[in-house]
Amino acid sequence: MANTKEVRKQISSIKSTRKITSALEMVAASKIKKTQDLMFGGRPYSEKVKEVIEHIASSSSEYSHPFYEERKNKSTCYIVVGSDKGLCGGLNINLFKKIVAEAAENQKNGVETSFALIGVKAVTFFGNLGGKVLGQATKLGDKPNPEDLIGLTKIVLDEQKKGNIDRVVLCSNKFVNTMTQQPTLQQLIPLSHGENEESQTSMQWDYIYEPEAKVLLDGLLTRYIESLIFQAVLENNACEQAAKMIAMKNATENAGDLIKELELLYNNVRQAAITQELSEIVGGAAAV
Amino acid sequence: MSEFKVSIVSSNEEIFSGTADMLYATGSLGEIGIAPGHSPLLTGLMPGPVRVCNEDKEETFFCSGGFIEVQPDVVTVLSDVAERADSMDEAKAIAAKEQAEKDLADNKDNVDFAKAASQLAEAAARLKTIQKLRKKI
Repeated sequence: MANTKEVRKQISSIKSTRKITSALEMVAASKIKKTQDLMFGGRPYSEKVKEVIEHIASSSSEYSHPFYEERKNKSTCYIVVGSDKGLCGGLNINLFKKIVAEAAENQKNGVETSFALIGVKAVTFFGNLGGKVLGQATKLGDKPNPEDLIGLTKIVLDEQKKGNIDRVVLCSNKFVNTMTQQPTLQQLIPLSHGENEESQTSMQWDYIYEPEAKVLLDGLLTRYIESLIFQAVLENNACEQAAKMIAMKNATENAGDLIKELELLYNNVRQAAITQELSEIVGGAAAV
Repeated sequence: MSEFKVSIVSSNEEIFSGTADMLYATGSLGEIGIAPGHSPLLTGLMPGPVRVCNEDKEETFFCSGGFIEVQPDVVTVLSDVAERADSMDEAKAIAAKEQAEKDLADNKDNVDFAKAASQLAEAAARLKTIQKLRKKI
């Protein structure tokens, strides 16, 4: 039978853990709003860029950009968006599992796999896994700056232009609501030509490009992909805070249950000790 | 058609959305003025003011570069907040790559840490089992 001191110690240690988890829960809850605002704030830009890109795709331009080129898939690069901090339940691991499954499938088909990593958790996970890492960006904070992602994006896009990468996939968590985050793999390159292409081909038109199509399209498509990645980072941040809040809420509740159980045990132990002592005294008195 | 839709967006917010009957901006090849019904145009933006005129009102925004897309009835200004230059992009790319290589070289520490953590967990589990066994006795 455990002694009372041990149980008391355990109760107090769980109580202090509960304090920490409940504090973290409140921190996450207060950050959710901010990260969500950022996420929604970034949406107009990515929507507008997407509209422009769709217009371009539907125009009959004489210049075709390498990002639209459908090549035989020999090498795939995964841009993985993970969180910087842990304690957010299965958020990261659910996404990573999906990627690892795809990477294994690639290996079977003889497709090379490489990674571009965003967030400390992604870096440690895929670093230990031992994949080819092209570049990384970490510690972006709660208010990420698009500038921090430029380098990473450039490496991947340059490799694609050189022909070392045929397919680029963006992996991140989509924010459905506070309770649900959906791990998603989205193909960035080759870019799709837009769905409403057929309806618009009847009207042949093209832009006036100033200065020239190649430079402009290159810049604009790069900007488009950057904006998609940036938006994914913002969205992942919102997911992280939501997942953290839920995980910490559960932890706090579990700690409460555990404390209740231990307190019951503590009282049992105490009562048993008293009973034993009493019976010893009574037994002793009877012997005398 | 006497007016057109205008939206000015930057990567973290929508700056302006509304209608206008004239828009002036600094394109990469010089000042441009856009009237309703302009033919489709795609051009880069130089750092400078973008003026949106509507009847007698005029609003001015500052753009530090980006792109402008013109359709006969819609004008979209995609503004950058970040200062951009090819040389700067290059430096950032190198930095991101070096960071990855450095981490890979330092990875030994990480592995050691992970190993130690798993050993610790194992030891703790063993201790727990022993304690449980003792209780039964």
